[in-house]
Amino acid sequence: MGMLEVGLPVPRFDARDKVTGRERYAADHCPEGLLWAGAKRAGIPHGRVLGIDTAAAAALPGVRAVLTARDVPGTNRQGIVHKDQPVLAEDRVRHCGDPVALVLAETPEILREALDRIRVDLLPLPGVFSPREAMAPGAPLLHEKGNVLLEAVIEQGRALEALAGCEVVVEGSFAVPFQDHAFLETQNGTAVREADGRIVLVVSTQAPFRDRFEIAHALGLQVPDIRVQSPYLGGAFGGKDGATVQCLLALAALHSGGRPVKMQWDRQECFAAGYKRHAVEMHYRLGAGKDGVLRALHARLLYDTGAYAHLGGEVMELGMEHAAGPYRVPDALVEGRCVYTNNPVAGAMRGFGVCQVSFAFESMMDLLAETLGMDPLELRLKNALRRGDRNAAGVTLVHSTGIVPCLETLRRQELWTGREAWKRRAGPFKRRGVGVAAVFNAMGYGRGLPDSAIAKVELTGEGKIRIYSGVSDMGQGNASAFVQMAGEILCQDETGMELLQPDTDRSLPSGSSSAGRTTYTYGNALIRACRSLKEKLIHRAALLLMAETTEGMALLPGRVRHLPSGREVPLAAIARILPEGDRTCTDQFIMDVSRDATGTGQAFPIGFPHVFFSYGAHAACVEVDELTGKAEVLDYLAVTDGGRVINPRNFEQQVQGAVAQGLGYALTEEVLLREGRIANPDFADYVLPTFLDIPDIASRTVETVEETGPFGMKGIGEVGVNAPLPAVANAVRDALGIRFRRSPLTPERILEALRAEGRRGGEGNP
Amino acid sequence: MIAFVLNGKAVEVNVPAAKKVVDLLRLDLGLTGTKEGCGMGECGACTILVDGEPRLSCLLLAGQLEGRTVTTVEGLSPGEDLHPVQRAFVEEGAVQCGFCTPGMVLSAVSLLRENPNPNRREIREGMSGHLCRCTGYVKIVDAVEAAARKKGEGDPS
Repeated sequence: MGMLEVGLPVPRFDARDKVTGRERYAADHCPEGLLWAGAKRAGIPHGRVLGIDTAAAAALPGVRAVLTARDVPGTNRQGIVHKDQPVLAEDRVRHCGDPVALVLAETPEILREALDRIRVDLLPLPGVFSPREAMAPGAPLLHEKGNVLLEAVIEQGRALEALAGCEVVVEGSFAVPFQDHAFLETQNGTAVREADGRIVLVVSTQAPFRDRFEIAHALGLQVPDIRVQSPYLGGAFGGKDGATVQCLLALAALHSGGRPVKMQWDRQECFAAGYKRHAVEMHYRLGAGKDGVLRALHARLLYDTGAYAHLGGEVMELGMEHAAGPYRVPDALVEGRCVYTNNPVAGAMRGFGVCQVSFAFESMMDLLAETLGMDPLELRLKNALRRGDRNAAGVTLVHSTGIVPCLETLRRQELWTGREAWKRRAGPFKRRGVGVAAVFNAMGYGRGLPDSAIAKVELTGEGKIRIYSGVSDMGQGNASAFVQMAGEILCQDETGMELLQPDTDRSLPSGSSSAGRTTYTYGNALIRACRSLKEKLIHRAALLLMAETTEGMALLPGRVRHLPSGREVPLAAIARILPEGDRTCTDQFIMDVSRDATGTGQAFPIGFPHVFFSYGAHAACVEVDELTGKAEVLDYLAVTDGGRVINPRNFEQQVQGAVAQGLGYALTEEVLLREGRIANPDFADYVLPTFLDIPDIASRTVETVEETGPFGMKGIGEVGVNAPLPAVANAVRDALGIRFRRSPLTPERILEALRAEGRRGGEGNP
Repeated sequence: MIAFVLNGKAVEVNVPAAKKVVDLLRLDLGLTGTKEGCGMGECGACTILVDGEPRLSCLLLAGQLEGRTVTTVEGLSPGEDLHPVQRAFVEEGAVQCGFCTPGMVLSAVSLLRENPNPNRREIREGMSGHLCRCTGYVKIVDAVEAAARKKGEGDPS
């Protein structure tokens, strides 16, 4: 068993249990005597609920209960920032996935039959299916306050005047569709009301501590009466941050006569009722001098947030904050509107609003390079942010800022230096191109709410070190990082370590697993707690060994040694003499926020601005088949600044996984909507990248040291997803001479553009 | 009664012949190592081996198991020692959320039995019925390659 040293590629702590099938995800929990819960969905995008006939369903043998909004004891409202989403619809449905009734049944078969028997009398209402329709005069209103969830401005300097004085101005409009998270474990959980009245849930969730407040608010319960356990998740990527099954399950538990209830969405329900990445329309004007120095930007962004707020305003905030890219832009005006529609609910997804604007700003940078006749990489390097600069949102970069070394590293790679020769080797009817993209992604919740974690470590009765993780592990490997960090400080190998996934009764509130903050924030708290535990163990060992002081005592795997005498005491022996209350250490941490940019972004209740960023420079080598229109990524390189690397292999996992999701977003993934209905709600028609679509993604690191981070690290789960779309679009432009402003770049779109060009490359604006 | 061999042991189950095998394994037999990701044969998470061949247990009915030999991930390494393919998945970093992993491991075992020395292209083609949303597939290809290499170097089984 290897030592757990920070910086080494030690195998993931969770891998063994996952590879043997022993790990129990929420979906694997099937308590004795359970009832199955399921929701009847609206099925239409907008309508008035005239009545719900549940009699035929309730009469079915094996049906325990059929519940509607009338059975919800509390506010019947959920939502992380805005409480606008009903647990069960009342008089109105606002998107196809809105739940109108909840059934509890003895078997999944009876549940399905009962759901079919519910008759919902719906009067269809006119819907709005794009932000423009929703903002048109006289448009039907989805919510009392109107269809605009949030309208905001981030401004630095005087962008419009500066643009008027620029030697070169380039302009472009871009559009990106909804993307589905497509985690493999669909939304699910179990709940039971125990004899003392408490409700205990096991849920596939990114935010177990917040879930208690959501449930309590919606159902009129007390937070301490709710316990949420969050086992390892089978993927989430933002899609399990917020209410999915939680309130429905807790409601079911109130009506199950003390029996456990289980709810598991199937894939179609996951598509219909799950959250999505926002569709966005973007209009950009970017001004520069003839020397290529950026002077001014005016960006207008329109986010389609679907039927409910979820984190729409916060997602848009992050997009607006990143709208100018990782560049110095002295005068910048970014205007954003986040608008309700009768589309599926959009919310958090890896890249959180930034993915979308990255397509726009990195396409604009290439457009500017073309206009000026400059090398696209040199143009980026010339304008790239350096530590001490003020970014376009007005934040002075006082922390690690590694975009320049990322670009410099990329510039040295064979894939970049040898690109012209590589392009010339394209076969008949093939065109090759190489594109770059420079991106960044903020870490943490931002200003306005504490990004906090409370870590707890324990010396178990058996003498092992147990971490009580307060933040879910959806697959990104934060739990393994915690074990590695604790092992480093406490000098333990893997056999000496245990880790419990979040349980609101046993671990301590540490926020959500999101925002690139999970390992950073909890890790910082954990380091402090581990240092205290180390001091405690050494002190107690000194007592046991009758040493006069703690000097010369060393914590070693499974034991403490008095180095001068060589005498040792096993950790298990220390555990035996310590009262239980003396075996744990806790400590806490709050992430710093920017004190800068106080004069703008006032419309944002929370989130604006951020002060820590990870950076990346990517290159995509793309071959386009002129006959089929298929763009294939043959080679891909990602250079990442995520501070110091805790575990190089797990770092690569995050980068490669993010790039793959980004390539799906670039090439095939699009939730097809026909008046609010999803036309491709399964994996047969929603096309995810497969083994045959993703190349051997190369990853290089630029290891800055983020001195506030645990062992110098920053979050890197998100930054990698932002670059593939612009890198691919820039590569396709390089290959065909056609710039795509609408994603994904499907064979159909490329073929259509080629046909419009008479099958020949050349300038064009499809 | 449906009789088959499950992970080396003869079993008889009394369930409707039309029950989906993934439900039989997970709900009736408690073998939750087999995962369900889509329920319609698109993702590969529910893959099991039937007479050594990878099959999608969400598309199989219990009656189809009569007289067959079934291996689930639980049957691959009944003791503490991992199967070489499992070990390669751990060591090469092929596991992230892990929900696709059991199915991937079983397909890889079958692939290496058919083709003990596949190149990366052949691995990609052989595994292409499986979706993974976390890894970008690179380290899974690495793991299958490593398992083949170790087998070639004389690692048992």
